Amino acid sequence: MTDVAVRPTTTTSPAKSRRPSWLRRHSSPYALSLLGGGWMLAFFLVPLVSGLIVSLETGNPISGYHLTWNWAIYKQLFVHSDIPYTTFFLRSLYYGAASTVIAILIAYPMAYFIAFKVRDRWKSPLLFLVLLSFFVSFVIRIDMWSFVLSNQGIVITALRDMHLVSKSFHILGTSNAVIGGDVYNNLAFMVLPIYVALERVDGRILEAARDLYSNGRQVFLRVVLPLSRAGIFAGILLVFITTVGDPVVSSLLGGVNTYTIGQAIQDSYLTNQQFNVAAALSTALMVVLGIIMFIYARVFGTQNIENLV
Amino acid sequence: MADSERGFDRRKHSPWLAGFFWLIIAITFVPIVVMILYSFNATPTSRITFTWYGFTTYWYRNLTQVDGLTHAFVTSIEVAVISALISVAIGTPLSMALARYRFWLKGIISSMVFADIAAPSIVVGAASLSFFLSINLNTGLLTILIAHIAFNVAYVVVVVQARLSGMDTSIEDAARDLGAGPFTTFTRVTLPLLWPALLAAGLMAFAMSIDDYVITSFVAGSTVTFPLFVYGVAKVGLPPQVLCFGTIIFVVGLVVAVLNGLLNRRHLGKRAATEDEVADIPLTPESERVLEVV
Repeated sequence: MTDVAVRPTTTTSPAKSRRPSWLRRHSSPYALSLLGGGWMLAFFLVPLVSGLIVSLETGNPISGYHLTWNWAIYKQLFVHSDIPYTTFFLRSLYYGAASTVIAILIAYPMAYFIAFKVRDRWKSPLLFLVLLSFFVSFVIRIDMWSFVLSNQGIVITALRDMHLVSKSFHILGTSNAVIGGDVYNNLAFMVLPIYVALERVDGRILEAARDLYSNGRQVFLRVVLPLSRAGIFAGILLVFITTVGDPVVSSLLGGVNTYTIGQAIQDSYLTNQQFNVAAALSTALMVVLGIIMFIYARVFGTQNIENLV
Repeated sequence: MADSERGFDRRKHSPWLAGFFWLIIAITFVPIVVMILYSFNATPTSRITFTWYGFTTYWYRNLTQVDGLTHAFVTSIEVAVISALISVAIGTPLSMALARYRFWLKGIISSMVFADIAAPSIVVGAASLSFFLSINLNTGLLTILIAHIAFNVAYVVVVVQARLSGMDTSIEDAARDLGAGPFTTFTRVTLPLLWPALLAAGLMAFAMSIDDYVITSFVAGSTVTFPLFVYGVAKVGLPPQVLCFGTIIFVVGLVVAVLNGLLNRRHLGKRAATEDEVADIPLTPESERVLEVV
């Protein structure tokens, strides 16, 4: 699954001279894992399951919620509901897919540039530049975009002054603004894995391809691109999962027509206190993402992902 | 690695590719530049405005003027420090187990670490709140800490485990051969060798924690952290002091990252670089998240 995990363990048994007792040797990994593993189990894994259980409760914010195994809630929410949750869901998936595709198109040339076109000593500084945005708080970063792209902001003012766009032209509140924000926010998650994959491409294979009279385009399409597939896959995984659920970008850069499932989950929990609704939406999101990733892994079957689903 | 081996070819300059790269980098710098610039803007109101009124350090000198902002910032720092310390303390033994032993639960724990890193924050946040509600634990500072430690442990494990796997175990064997018990071996040999990784892991956990909005928004109750404060005022316009705090975090983060990079380079240096081709990727929570998935 991971680079680190497949790496062979170098010491499976301690030094011969002071071999601990059988019990001690076999219990020590468990003792070492107890706190860290226990914490993740109790506060990450168990909550994921408890989310499902809360979704099956019925009640109201005032008198409280009780478990009644109300499976009908999923039907209520997605089939006949006053609030179009299915639309929010599909919209989020669309934003996720669109920003993932655009991120690949932008990130691939960038990763390619760092991996193949610059000297080794410049690689690290360039990657650092790609990651530099992460040193600014996430919410501030997105809000700075809404500041720059607002109707009084520099971009629209300039475009309007040059008469390139009409007076009513706006960027914020549109789907494009949300997708753009998602791409910006996740670009590094696409550049890095593709870079890692390209960096692992053996230069000799490229030479061999050239020796066999393939031109630059063929080398790229038939050698480099297939070899970097694992990187693209990792990027898709990261960007898609992050963007589909994100409530911040669509809320700060979007408007009423860009309401996403992430915002719906947040609002039903924090504003309306419909705990069962929020839990059902979030469980559904988790299941849908899981299914999409599973199908993706089956169809495009990269080795990395096979281990984890 | 020599330049020629890696397909670097000086004859084949590609101005288009280079131009594209720098254009995108320039675009990603827009929010950073705007943030820093407008933290020095002498606006007459206490909300940021696009008009440039001249340079001032007034907002920096009156950093603590905004109601709630300073408190939120201090809360964020507290949460980040405590959750970083605890997650390093409980994550390091777990990494030792995963890196040095083969045991029955190893695969399951590794998958859990992976899932913890890959899971969308909104689902984790909503699920955590469901959980705290079901066990009747009031949300607040304590639940923020619990949730932050839960995601930070995974990052600590990834960082420390990677360094442990690359570490030469013959020194530990030598210590044992010389009669040192497991505890002495750990404190006198493993720990000194490992401390740059622990520092890196701690800094990463700190960075993850101080920047988290989504998960915190669910489990915070009435407690306000820095990202929650910023999000809350974002719709009505940010006070310039928010940009000052943002700039301070940015500069401090940058300095720490560079220092940490230099430190790691000195400690792990050439060995790390030769054993892993991707060792030149700067260490940030984001890059670590990527490397875990790759």
